[in-house]
Amino acid sequence: MTALLEFDRLNVTFKGERTVYAINDLSLKLEQGEMLVLLGESGSGKSVTLKTLLRLLPPARTQISGGIKVNGTDIMTLSGRSLQDYRGGDVSMVFQEPALALDPVYRIGDQISEAVRRKKRVSREEARNVALDMLRRVRIPSPERRMMNFPHELSGGMRQRVMIALALACRPRLLLADEPTTALDATVQIQILLLLRELQKEFGMGVIFVTHDIGVAVEISDRIAVMYAGQIIEEGSTHEVINDAHHPYTRGLLAANLHDVERGERLEAIPGVPPSLEEKPKACSFAPRCPNAMPECRDKLPPVIEIGARRRVACFLAQQAVAAE
Amino acid sequence: MFAYVIRRLLLVLPVAFGVSIICFLLVHIAPGDPLTAIMAVDATAEEQAAMRAAYGLDRPLPVQFLFWLGNLFQGDLGNSIATGRPVAGEVWRAVQNSLLLAVTASLIAFPIGLLLGFLAGYFRDSWLDKLVTSIAIAGVSVPNYWLGMVLVIIFAVKLAWLPAMGAGPAGSDGWTFDWLHIRHLILPAITLAVVPIGIVARTVRALVGDIFHMDFVMALYAKGMSNFDVLIHVIRNAAATALSVIGLQMGALLGGSILIETVFNWPGSGMLLSNAIFQRDLPLLQGTILVLAMFFVTANLVVDILQAAIDPRIKRS
Ligand SMILES: Nc1ncnc2c1ncn2[C@@H]1O[C@H](COP(=O)(O)OP(=O)(O)O)[C@@H](O)[C@H]1O
Ligand code: SF4
Ligand SMILES: [Mg+2]
Repeated sequence: MTALLEFDRLNVTFKGERTVYAINDLSLKLEQGEMLVLLGESGSGKSVTLKTLLRLLPPARTQISGGIKVNGTDIMTLSGRSLQDYRGGDVSMVFQEPALALDPVYRIGDQISEAVRRKKRVSREEARNVALDMLRRVRIPSPERRMMNFPHELSGGMRQRVMIALALACRPRLLLADEPTTALDATVQIQILLLLRELQKEFGMGVIFVTHDIGVAVEISDRIAVMYAGQIIEEGSTHEVINDAHHPYTRGLLAANLHDVERGERLEAIPGVPPSLEEKPKACSFAPRCPNAMPECRDKLPPVIEIGARRRVACFLAQQAVAAE
Repeated sequence: MFAYVIRRLLLVLPVAFGVSIICFLLVHIAPGDPLTAIMAVDATAEEQAAMRAAYGLDRPLPVQFLFWLGNLFQGDLGNSIATGRPVAGEVWRAVQNSLLLAVTASLIAFPIGLLLGFLAGYFRDSWLDKLVTSIAIAGVSVPNYWLGMVLVIIFAVKLAWLPAMGAGPAGSDGWTFDWLHIRHLILPAITLAVVPIGIVARTVRALVGDIFHMDFVMALYAKGMSNFDVLIHVIRNAAATALSVIGLQMGALLGGSILIETVFNWPGSGMLLSNAIFQRDLPLLQGTILVLAMFFVTANLVVDILQAAIDPRIKRS
């Protein structure tokens, strides 16, 4: 079976008054139906990764290189109609702030059904029924009435449910969720997480769930990829990453957060700040903050070491450990 | 929605009442005695008192106000001191002329302003945007009576394509829709349109530019909408605000422009106002201001109701 998603040495650079090397040699593979968490501090490039995947970045100012395949198709070749069908059809997205991501002057029902009509080329009536069915599936009470509501008439949690209904209306193979619960209250947050988990099972779709909250990551994911400065520095199953972290950054995160698994804790406990991305990294980006940094860490890019099946770490320490065996 | 309209209409009543009180008091606050303008300089005290009684000016203010208001409801705004003719008729004729000019200027200004503003907002920071922004700034900052004079010099004096003044041939002020009359409309309407073009273009540019940078636009693309679909969404988001700007400009145009009507000798409410001021014709001034103020109140009302009708975020209940 072809992989659901394959990033092959993805690089994303923003040109403008200042250049930003947002994504640097990012490789990642996702199988059908997997739930992967992209974990990283603010500014590490999580949103850019997702937007690249939906081709949402402004083409004039963005330079993208590397391969991106979804179900075996190189999505950089899509354009016009095929791009529109891909967006929301094969891959769709739930945004962080549902209050901002929904059109304030359109009714909920219309916002869902217009997407369906575009994709499936069905009648107005059929699209409406799909929308209604989706509102039921995300467990919105009295969905017929809600269809007629405007976004500002709903609570934050309800709006995010609408956003999820909208994203899933065309049954995508891959759902991207960009910190979908960050803007919500703690109790609502848990409900939305549970809902996403259920819907993922029900629809059998793959999910990339972006968060900076390690508690959320543990709760929801099959696999975790840890991002730092536009790279994935450690990747593995949730169990492996949590119980046997190799990268000093991952360990730092865990030490700071996991001992008392508090949901909502931010990843700010590691001293120092992430690097500015104005230059392409030539050495380990984490070196200035790394308790284990060695001279070579500041000289060269650390190698990506396969320490197991689908288990990778980008660090000189891991290289030494493998060499020692 | 119906309830909103009713409530909004009820809200207009106190405003209208306030406006009429102010207009009424205008005569009494204004310095000088309105009678001096029409009395002979050497009139005796008896003659003055007689005249005062004839105009009802010897009664207490509230009584005068009630009489005035009563007359108002019968369409009687009193008589012009200067001409002795009923103010209502004078104002009505002038308002019609101003209306004609305002509607024509609107038909020029709003489509152009909306289109320019939209293009500039859509192609933000492009050369087109810079061009439109320059036009808008020029439109707002060039004094339009000066522009009117320049246009007269070019098109009326030098080229002799269009007449320089008046609302029709030989100073006629009855309007008919024929080329002889329409020719007179062109220069003043264009001159009057320049400011609203600038204001509408500038506002819509900022509005559309901001909306295009809102998150929901990216979300629309993310769900596979085409550029055209997104455009429709953006326009619908911009509609309510654009409408209110247009409404306010419309209100301003309806009031007539004293300067432009004077430059073009256009027999509208602006010119009537300036005549009333210079001749100290207080009943005429009072009537004109009252009618113009009511125009503003009505324009605001219409804009509010339309806005509520098209923007769901505005509370209707
Ligand atoms: N459109 C853009 N133009 C320029 N820089 C951008 C753009 N989008 C994101 N960036 C930069 O890319 C980096 C990664 O951003 P982002 O992916 O949003 O981080 P996060 O992990 O918090 O989602 C940041 O330094 C951000 O400033
Ligand atoms: S490569 Fe060096 S600096 Fe970077 S994380 Fe590993 S040990 Fe630390
Ligand atoms: Mg982000």
